[in-house]
Amino acid sequence: MRYVDEFRNADLARAVAAKIAALADGNRHYKIMEVCGGHTHTIYRHGIKDLLPPQVELVHGPGCPVCVLPMGRVDDGIAIAERPEVIFTCFGDMLRVPGSKGTLLEVKAEGADIRLVYSPLDALRIARENPDRDVVFYAIGFETTAPSTALTLQRAKREGIANFFVFCNHVTIVPPIRALLDSPDLRLDAFIGPGHVSTVIGCRPYAFLPNDYGKPVVVAGFEPLDIIQAILMLLQQLADGRCEVENQYNRVVPWEGSLPSLRCLAEVFELRPYFEWRGLGFIAQSGLKLASAYADFDAELRYQVEGVRVADPKACQCGEVLKGVLKPAECKVFGTACTPEHPLGALMVSSEGACAAYHNFGRKALPMAAGAGR
Amino acid sequence: MSEPASRRPPAFTAPRIDMSHGAGGKATHKLIEGLFLPALDNPLLAPLADAALLPFGDARLALTTDAFVVHPLVFPGGSIGELAVNGTINDLAVSGARPLALSVALIIEEGLETPVLRREIEAMARAARCANVSIATGDTKVVERGKGDGLYVITTGVGIADPTLSLSATGIRPGDKILCSGTLGDHGIAILMARGNLELEADVLSDTRPLTPLVAALRDAAGPHLRFMRDPTRGGVATVLNELARDSGCGIALWEAQLPVREVVQGACEILGLDPLYVANEGKLLAVVADDGAEAALAALRGVPGGEEAALIGEVRAEPAGMVLMHTQFGGTRMIDMLIGDPLPRIC
Repeated sequence: MRYVDEFRNADLARAVAAKIAALADGNRHYKIMEVCGGHTHTIYRHGIKDLLPPQVELVHGPGCPVCVLPMGRVDDGIAIAERPEVIFTCFGDMLRVPGSKGTLLEVKAEGADIRLVYSPLDALRIARENPDRDVVFYAIGFETTAPSTALTLQRAKREGIANFFVFCNHVTIVPPIRALLDSPDLRLDAFIGPGHVSTVIGCRPYAFLPNDYGKPVVVAGFEPLDIIQAILMLLQQLADGRCEVENQYNRVVPWEGSLPSLRCLAEVFELRPYFEWRGLGFIAQSGLKLASAYADFDAELRYQVEGVRVADPKACQCGEVLKGVLKPAECKVFGTACTPEHPLGALMVSSEGACAAYHNFGRKALPMAAGAGR
Repeated sequence: MSEPASRRPPAFTAPRIDMSHGAGGKATHKLIEGLFLPALDNPLLAPLADAALLPFGDARLALTTDAFVVHPLVFPGGSIGELAVNGTINDLAVSGARPLALSVALIIEEGLETPVLRREIEAMARAARCANVSIATGDTKVVERGKGDGLYVITTGVGIADPTLSLSATGIRPGDKILCSGTLGDHGIAILMARGNLELEADVLSDTRPLTPLVAALRDAAGPHLRFMRDPTRGGVATVLNELARDSGCGIALWEAQLPVREVVQGACEILGLDPLYVANEGKLLAVVADDGAEAALAALRGVPGGEEAALIGEVRAEPAGMVLMHTQFGGTRMIDMLIGDPLPRIC
């Protein structure tokens, strides 16, 4: 398939892998964090690790929007969904994220009107079609998905749709990266920057990584060749003694980002003073809420959401995995108490969650013979 | 090769049934093995095959049943009536049985338009004729408006097992090859598109068809080399191969580059975040054939209408025992697990 097969070409992959092997210093260990859960998914789905020399280690970062939601926000969403007047809409992977008392899927089986949507515009359509019900959209995601929520809210306002509400859990990517770098138990050499987020915010916001922390970053696309090329570019920077922001994904990511999207975000959202992240705690100016001009659409105001704080289950080590301190399989409950069917932590739910990716794609009983094909 | 994993089903603990319990993946397995199997405990049910094989004199009868709740009732390439007949015929066919007769039970929602019902009965008649099977008995129930979704169809089939075939998961051996009779994921994606709520258009038809001609060709070409067959419906190829790996204790390896997937299905899957290995098929079969018979079997499949795009997609190995792995097109490897959750509700 065009635009896909080119980026999964095994010959090109081997060529890049050979360059990486030649460049990687045998006496050195490289810890590279892929910030984005989409990258984690690609890495496991295509088996990229098999192409890397042993001294290059990939560490999975906090860029999976489902995974970083604290349990309290899940419970708040469930409380809204249980209200009889509400049609609750959300993306598919939210359905199975466990709150302290269950999942949205379980609440749906008990009778709550919960509908899966692929776009917030679908939720708006449902609101138009059901004027006598409240239609709530559970908004999650980084700057990647926030513009679509913002656009939907602009449209709702323009059309005067009074029964549409957004439970806003949008977050921003830079503060958690900073929080990670400030955490004492982590040593990283370089970053693979998130591709989709960067189509919106551009590459400039990552300048703090080389400037303040001395870490190179390469913004990368989501095909396996994108990722392996980004790894090569990072090793080249380290070998050259350079430290800068580079853009591997320049076929999609403009250096300045998308100004219309940024304007749209600025109109509809404002920064919360702080927001809770699973495993990372409260991070200042890391979450978005609806701006006062859009307060009529704010589900938190409409339903007086309590903002409950719920501690993660004791056995759960999502925080350490999110920070890259632990590998998924090193968590105490990985694959035993916590599995994709019965996740304790959100990292086991989303296809972008490091634990789910590792559980679904990465487990191997033994090293494999090389794929012979036919 | 290790011993087959022991079947010690954990009790079913979910407080309620949710959609994932009907998706044909892990949750369905837990329901069957944790609740149904212990309660119904008997040796005919225990193999959990597509059809049960009942000793009958010198012969063995094959018995299978399937319920169809697909929405919408009509979709590109087929409709619920055709699907219901083909689905049950196929469960018999891949069990190595010649279908004899079907029963059809209808659950009709009050208000269903007669032309819709007539069209589906005619579709059933056509599908049955095409497979040379009689619909010998049936039942009709009508439920109040709002208590059904137009029409649900339950078909039960009985057939005679081919005495020359010995098909079972435990019969597969390292070195055996895995054949697939055609492109993957067509049915699931056709249904998804037909629902029309994705604002995504793709020209893809359901692959619903009787597998009897493909099975006959395989049997004639491979003979005793044919070890196992299954039609990868809900849960897709990934789920069938995981069951096979678990039940046989062998490992299974796939080559991603060899998987036949239509470009339009691949494209829809890329956009929607689905994997064609987990998407349902209604007219495809997977076969495990000993290495010596694999080339002939593949050629035979390709010679039958509906098998033109048959491919050799993988092989049985000793390791990793009980698991399925795939050599990716990109040059890496990854595990393939069973379907978890429910990507596409009510596809059959």
